[in-house]
Amino acid sequence: MKETAPNPFINGLWRQNPTFVQILGMCPTLAITNSVQNAIAMGLATAFVLICSNGLIAAIRKHVPKQVRIATYIAIIATAVTVTDYLVKAISISVYKALGPFIPLIVANCLVLERAEGFAAKKPVIPSMMDGAGMGLGFAFGLTCLGTVREVLGAGTFLGIHLFGPNFEPWVLFLLPPGGFISLAIWLLIFASYRERKDRRERARAALLTIQPAEVQS
Amino acid sequence: MSGTTIIEVRTSPHLHGPMTVETIMRHVIYALLPIAAFFSWHFGLSAALLLAVTTAGCVLAEHTACRLSGKRSTVNDYSAAITGLLLGLTLPPGLPLWMAVVGCLVAILPGKLLFGGLGSNVFNPALVGRAFLQAAFPVAVTNYTPGLAANRFVEFIPSTWAVPLMKPAPLNDWLAKVAVDGFTGATPLAMQKFDHIYSELGPLLWGLGPGSLPGCLILLCGAYLVVRGMMDWRITASMIAGAAATGGIFHLVNPALYPDPVWVVFTGGLLLGATFMATDPVASPVTPRGMWIYGLLMGVLTVLIRNLGGLPEGVMYAILFGNALSPLIDRLTPPRPYGARKAQVPQ
Repeated sequence: MKETAPNPFINGLWRQNPTFVQILGMCPTLAITNSVQNAIAMGLATAFVLICSNGLIAAIRKHVPKQVRIATYIAIIATAVTVTDYLVKAISISVYKALGPFIPLIVANCLVLERAEGFAAKKPVIPSMMDGAGMGLGFAFGLTCLGTVREVLGAGTFLGIHLFGPNFEPWVLFLLPPGGFISLAIWLLIFASYRERKDRRERARAALLTIQPAEVQS
Repeated sequence: MSGTTIIEVRTSPHLHGPMTVETIMRHVIYALLPIAAFFSWHFGLSAALLLAVTTAGCVLAEHTACRLSGKRSTVNDYSAAITGLLLGLTLPPGLPLWMAVVGCLVAILPGKLLFGGLGSNVFNPALVGRAFLQAAFPVAVTNYTPGLAANRFVEFIPSTWAVPLMKPAPLNDWLAKVAVDGFTGATPLAMQKFDHIYSELGPLLWGLGPGSLPGCLILLCGAYLVVRGMMDWRITASMIAGAAATGGIFHLVNPALYPDPVWVVFTGGLLLGATFMATDPVASPVTPRGMWIYGLLMGVLTVLIRNLGGLPEGVMYAILFGNALSPLIDRLTPPRPYGARKAQVPQ
């Protein structure tokens, strides 16, 4: 079986999911996932930055000297972040206030620089933008997973809609920082056990394929 | 094959004591039963049901989790039942049962089994569950109802039967019916801390205040375990000594603001914590000197949290903190082998 190069979009969204597989960008993951709305907004903002920066960096990758590449990438990323900052402010001032300093802090998100250095610096423009979109949406997916647990248990709502009626007893813990760690751990556990199960099945299948000829001989 | 000797080669330990984990754990349960009985008598049906639910919840959680992960069930060593009993004893009797079940799940799954089960848990599982409940439902977990209510053996405290995920019903009507004069729902520690009202010491010794257990009975039950050689007295003694000494210093500095040492020892969960939780053989140090350091540290921390922190009671956090430090304490206090000089002890 030939190992085919993975589709960069699917790769980012699922196989190399930034939150659950690479465990990158933990600062916004833990800090602003106390509601689904914040999580989605933050994820989309990061996705936008990733698409812009990956595309631009891939476009100029052959003209940047190796010694100054990191500084160049950071300048490009910072530009994209500034654009995002103004965009969020223009679209919804309440979301902008809720996310606070975390929009400008996307510039320091290791995920963005890692994709620039690890993917966009070596690949053409279109796959780089696909990778940015996949990684960004994968990040948004991860944040939304966390935000769902925290908002449903911490406030009894989903996207502001009451799920359990007015008598719901909120689990205060889940809106506080420890809730971020606990729900991240729960999701990591679920995804890790899913991956392990899949690996075990594949190994068993591979073992079966290698054993069978020997059995036929005997 | 006569003349052949089979030599079995094994790693240490080569000598085994007659006591097994199961025996010790069973006797810990015996020691806890009088306290549980008192708790049930004092608060009535709700308290008895709470203890039953936490015990059953912990045992079931452990059994199910072991089965799901394809291992032999480990409930037969009684440790899950102890966790359940201890968790129940630290909760207010009127706590909604669904919250108690959440506490059991947190105590057993992440608190114990995730670390590898009995013998590998870093923290006392019952306190992990209790700490989670305190952080998740701060109001319900600190809301104590009066003991010795007249109808306590006939009807439940209404908050016990709260629908899962829902707020418990307000207790005002029930409190008016049981007609306990001037009851505020505050424990003696909370009253002392926030309103500077001292409860009388006498009833506290026999556990008749709201939210405290009978100190004398706990000490007796602990003494039973010590006499049977199933518990080390050093941790309990040093924790009480640490709390009393620190409380004494505070009391000398400002008698109006800080209670006297005897009051410090007999209120809140200090005695239960020092006797049955701090002595958790897994999460506490094993060297004699280490036990003293560990106990003293927890006693001092308890009083510091009570007197200087924002909470009325600090036993739970003090013990969890002590649990976290105990491997370090073990490492710093290796016992000196007989006959070895100080310089020869490897550090």
